[in-house]
Amino acid sequence: MINLTIDRQQVSVEKGTPVLEAARKIGIDIPTLCYLKDLNAPAACRVCIVQVEGRPAFEASCVLPAEEGMVVHTNTPAVLAARKQVLELFLSDHPFECLTCERNLNCELQRLAKRYGIRDLPVEGERNHYPIDHVSPSVVREPDKCIRCRRCVSVCENYISANIYRMMDRSFQAVVGPAYNGSLMESPCIYCGQCITVCPTSALREQDSTARVFEALANPELHVVVQTAPSIRSSIAEEFGLPVGTPVEGQMVAALRRLGFDRVFDDCVAADICVIEEATEFMERLKKGGPFPQFTSCCPSWVLFCEKFYPQFVANLSEVKSPQQIFGALVKTYYAKRAGIDPAKIFVVSVMPCVSKKYELLRPEMKASGCQDIDAEISTREFVRMLFQAGLDIRKLPREEFDSPLGSASGAGVIFGSTGGVLEATLRTVYEWAGEKPLKRLEFEEVRSLEYKEAVIHAGPHELRVAVARGTGAARRLMDQVLAGKKRYHFVEVMACPGGCVGGGGQPIYIETNDWNEQVSHRTRRAGGLYQLDREREYRKAHENPVILKLYEEYLGRPGGPRAHKLFHSGHVSRKLYADEPLLKKERDLVRR
Amino acid sequence: MKRTAIKRKEKYQELDGVLEKYKGRKGVLIKALSEAQEMYGFLSREVLIHIACELDVPLSEVTSVVSFYSLFKTEPSGRCHIEICSGTACYVKGMQDLLETLEEEINIKPGEVTGDGRFGLSTVNCVGACSAAPVVKIGDELIGDVDSKRLKQLLGKYGHD
Ligand code: SF4
Ligand code: SF4
Ligand code: FES
Repeated sequence: MINLTIDRQQVSVEKGTPVLEAARKIGIDIPTLCYLKDLNAPAACRVCIVQVEGRPAFEASCVLPAEEGMVVHTNTPAVLAARKQVLELFLSDHPFECLTCERNLNCELQRLAKRYGIRDLPVEGERNHYPIDHVSPSVVREPDKCIRCRRCVSVCENYISANIYRMMDRSFQAVVGPAYNGSLMESPCIYCGQCITVCPTSALREQDSTARVFEALANPELHVVVQTAPSIRSSIAEEFGLPVGTPVEGQMVAALRRLGFDRVFDDCVAADICVIEEATEFMERLKKGGPFPQFTSCCPSWVLFCEKFYPQFVANLSEVKSPQQIFGALVKTYYAKRAGIDPAKIFVVSVMPCVSKKYELLRPEMKASGCQDIDAEISTREFVRMLFQAGLDIRKLPREEFDSPLGSASGAGVIFGSTGGVLEATLRTVYEWAGEKPLKRLEFEEVRSLEYKEAVIHAGPHELRVAVARGTGAARRLMDQVLAGKKRYHFVEVMACPGGCVGGGGQPIYIETNDWNEQVSHRTRRAGGLYQLDREREYRKAHENPVILKLYEEYLGRPGGPRAHKLFHSGHVSRKLYADEPLLKKERDLVRR
Repeated sequence: MKRTAIKRKEKYQELDGVLEKYKGRKGVLIKALSEAQEMYGFLSREVLIHIACELDVPLSEVTSVVSFYSLFKTEPSGRCHIEICSGTACYVKGMQDLLETLEEEINIKPGEVTGDGRFGLSTVNCVGACSAAPVVKIGDELIGDVDSKRLKQLLGKYGHD
């Protein structure tokens, strides 16, 4: 242990602990902007400076290892003045749009400006101006609001492994962006949105679709149907001051009805279908002998990652579409017919924890019903904004039930929202189809060095090796192992985001903590709500859900059959990593609102 | 392999010869980029994408390096490149006049190339020959005490390829 003095208090910490963490231990909160513990510590922003006795200059406490006998002052008038100056410099090159900014009252820079009582800016400096990148369907980038903290660089490099961002140019012009400071559309971005959730400002944000949804709701010609992804029911609670992960399924349904949706359906039903189709595909592969591993395909970011970075595995991706798309296809065919409504008059909205689904719904193959299967997607954040605008408070609403027929899902469909959930849900079905007794909770072993988990299960005559990769970075390591012949798997689940959909790029922002692992466990706490709902369900296996059985009997035919194939299956393609030509400026301006 | 990738392969056979020796090694990006620039005069988007793919380095990383070092050029420069020193001494001794002369004579501003591709122009921060200010670099030649008249003569001299 190392003993040091911070603001006249003694503190002992383990060797290697930064002074910032040591201070935190005794209740002193040194401000930060770039630091995200265990993910990003480039010492770029310098708001965390402190004074160490005997040292000539102030030092950045986030990267300063505690030393024996060190005497640190974190709040002398000189330190506070210097910190204030750092903030003033940031603000002098920042657009003053707080009132109209998406991150108003949820921005780390704004919070620090308040905390340090910045009242005016003595320095009126030159400002950088860059075009806004509005081109990608999912992520908007506004470099003028970038404070060069490089968190996006770290998360995209270390966790997602797409390496989109780097520092471009130098000195005052320096900016964090994709190659050539161009559009994300020209880069191999997989639209996971993880960079959005770590950005301290609104330099990165989602494409906002709330206006389109309000418009549709106001249009009397349209029959507006909504589906909610598994994880939404446990992730909106925190935005209303409830404990993280509180399941509020019924209240969420009530809120959607009050927003004016004509039908409120559950995406988990589509997840159930996804399980059955994927399990059928897997049984066929078992019969044919491959190709293995079968990779799940319900995360569009992961699918894009595979198509771009590992095209050699494209044939391994399951052909089954994601629940969002399965649902859209079903509503505009089965439901339209049953309800006697022209599918062209149905507007399907999905509420998802995700920004990638905005991209997915535009993929050309997502027109199984003859028109675009999903019309608009809103992320959890956008959904919450709509509720705020409409004055709907989850805490004060009654519990209501989803509409039928696409409203009652099994527990398998619900746990889709959590890492490992898709695999578990599918195995519950595969296991019994292979002639076994019901599957108990899966026990996984961590492959720690490579940061994913694997298990071996015996289903009938088969010894199945399965794995779950959390994050495309882990998937990259897993695929490299498979390519090198060091590992063999039959079935692998990959989700791009930490914790699965509960940690999706469209979920509420984690502004209260600058500790990456703490952020990840925040996501996992949301999953708690889903497993609770799973336990409470009458049916926990997709293939036992009577709604699903009836759907197959009445309309779909057999799993993997011609109709199911037409509606729910699609191929995947290998894609180029980089656009040959930059998107023309003209085109970019056109897309800009 | 995609057709475009095959076409790219054929086109950059010569470059591949260079890249081959750098594959799988660390810290070789700058060397590879310099050699490519020597080969083509500048680093086009296509060349950079090719280098990124062959060396398995993200394009963001490649362009980050290219934009950091002023020695790398991403635009074609003229067959004959003129650099006017803009260091303090040269500035005081009238480098602005030289820029004006060039604009009048061959209609070119820093960062541009003449319509016929003959001359390219840029300014450079102090070449370290302040005693001879104002200094002009044409091609590999460093020329001191240049005034407008002298510059016009030089244009004539370097004007034919
Ligand atoms: S959306 Fe994902 S892949 Fe794209 S830049 Fe952000 S973190 Fe990287
Ligand atoms: S875009 Fe956001 S996360 Fe990335 S460097 Fe800029 S401020 Fe930081
Ligand atoms: S330098 Fe320490 S938080 Fe940015």
